Amino acid sequence: MSDVTYIEAIHAALDESMDQDSSVFLYGQDIGKFGGAFKATKGLLEKYPGRVLDAPISEDAMAGVAIGAAIEGARPVLEMQFADFSSVAFNQIINQAATHYYRTGVPVPLTMRLPSGGTPGSGPFHSQSMESIYAHYPGLVVVTPATVADAYSMLLDSIKLDDPVIYCEHKFLYRWLKSKDLAGDNLPIGQARITRPGKHATVVTYSAMVHEAVRAAEMLQKDGGWEIEVVDLRSVKPLDTDTIIASVARTGRLLALGEAFPWGGVTAEVVSRVCADGFHLLDAPPVRLNAKDTPIPYHPKLWSSHRPTPESIAEELRKLLAY
Amino acid sequence: MDEITKYQDQSSGRDHVRRVFNAMLTARVLENKLGSLYKAGKIVGGVYLGKGQEAVSAAMASCLEKGKDVYAPLIRDQAGRTAFGEELIDCTRTYLGSVNGPMRGRDGNIHRGRPAEGMLAMISHLGAAIPVVAGMLLAKRLKGELDGVVGATCVGDGCTSTGAFHEGLNTAAVEKLPLVLTVANNQYAYSTPNDRQFACENLVDKAVGYGVRGHSVDGTDMLACIEVMHEAVSRARAGDGPQLVVASMLRLTGHGEHDDGSYVDAALRNSGLGRDSIEIGIKQLVEGGFASVEEVEQWQDDAANRVQEAVAIAQKEDSPDPYQDDWMAYSNAEMQMQK
Repeated sequence: MSDVTYIEAIHAALDESMDQDSSVFLYGQDIGKFGGAFKATKGLLEKYPGRVLDAPISEDAMAGVAIGAAIEGARPVLEMQFADFSSVAFNQIINQAATHYYRTGVPVPLTMRLPSGGTPGSGPFHSQSMESIYAHYPGLVVVTPATVADAYSMLLDSIKLDDPVIYCEHKFLYRWLKSKDLAGDNLPIGQARITRPGKHATVVTYSAMVHEAVRAAEMLQKDGGWEIEVVDLRSVKPLDTDTIIASVARTGRLLALGEAFPWGGVTAEVVSRVCADGFHLLDAPPVRLNAKDTPIPYHPKLWSSHRPTPESIAEELRKLLAY
Repeated sequence: MDEITKYQDQSSGRDHVRRVFNAMLTARVLENKLGSLYKAGKIVGGVYLGKGQEAVSAAMASCLEKGKDVYAPLIRDQAGRTAFGEELIDCTRTYLGSVNGPMRGRDGNIHRGRPAEGMLAMISHLGAAIPVVAGMLLAKRLKGELDGVVGATCVGDGCTSTGAFHEGLNTAAVEKLPLVLTVANNQYAYSTPNDRQFACENLVDKAVGYGVRGHSVDGTDMLACIEVMHEAVSRARAGDGPQLVVASMLRLTGHGEHDDGSYVDAALRNSGLGRDSIEIGIKQLVEGGFASVEEVEQWQDDAANRVQEAVAIAQKEDSPDPYQDDWMAYSNAEMQMQK
């Protein structure tokens, strides 16, 4: 098998889902003949006529349409052109999709794909990470695949799931992240993975930051022989607290790492749960590392300092290990 | 045009008029009872009534077929709910907090529905149902089941100011979906009068901008409402795309029963808009030979009995038990976090 990129894995999962289930359809801006802003749907309109629908620039209505279709038994996959624009659809997602099963007993099997995270030069409105916002609401599943195989299998699983899924795909991984292994280990949604085993400290992270954490771990391995364990959450809701606690039990030290803004969010949730359930396991105060508390800057030089980098992660880890 | 006439013939006529009026009357009797229960402190939360809007509400829903069409009622659509076929017990159970109601105590009052039967459960955010109805229709199209089907929803004058209204109607128009969107222009959104809500001369003018057909009707005139709704629903069924119906009337109640509506302009109350569609309906029934005064009185007694029964049953039933609720926000139990 030749190398498959992260975006090709997404394309393959969409293709396979449409092939296997005629109730799956795609809805989003520029996704038909044009194939989508990132080409995730290229060629699918031709292959599945009538099931890849271009939407007007109406994120609120797009989400509403997907919700209605899902209530009616279809399995819509909604593409937001950028995660940032899903703010316009926020009301429909959190108030309509998230509450529907609890209120009525009728599930809403929609998948909303959010091209997330920063890339150089994208600026404040094409770079956001929205996972924490959506994870706050009961009724939503929020997944954040970090690998090519997860991008593939978790999208297949998301589309099959009867509950609404916010699928956060990282744009930075689209083209450079490649793998020959599309099948992967097929872990279910809700289960984290130990990406890199270690014994001196745990980094709990997700999405593109998994790769930055591994780089930092390699730096520390070379520079001091530290063995850093990296836990890839895979889904932030549900959150696999068991795997996190088990890892902290092995290492005694925790760094919660994320690319989103620092106030609240996934990393705060991880630290608070470890403190509440595993305080006795900690040999040092847990640490959080996130993006800076400013909008995401445009210029690559500013952007690369706004988000955590292997260097800044390694620096936090050194402090944590020295405690 | 032949196609439209075919659909019109299916449900027009004497029986239809009597059915619409019965739904209006039943709603009025039920809502009077709900108002009394609220004042007696028997209802937790708000009570929101549709007094004044019964004609347009019932007329629209009476043109729908339960089990085939989609209906998304809003805050003042008790008459439409009844016309569509919602049981009175669904209403009383939801208002009185019975665990046996369709929402099982998880939601209340007008926020109820049976989506599996084509009747959506509204959320409070205005205009949010418009694209959802469109999505249900779109899914039916994908399944090849859209032929002859319509989806209908009702909003108020205030909703026309929302982005959801614009996005939803525009999207339905782009997809040319059989959506009937009724604006019940009752002159006030809570306490906000129309001149603080929109600047256009007539809301139906918006239809042109969306490329959909617009209809206007006097919302106090039962027969006119039936005729116009028939026309709009028939056109949608026949493939004419979305229909925007603007019905004008005055809200003959506060926003909710907690609100005395003292801000309502007296001139509006005394204008044609302030007429009561039930009173006009009775006059039209009798003068048009649709029903006699005695029949109407009999219907009123019947409605009172049915309402009394629905209230009595719901009042005797258990309220939800927090130790019995499964507290599941997900249909897949694996997705539910326990804390």
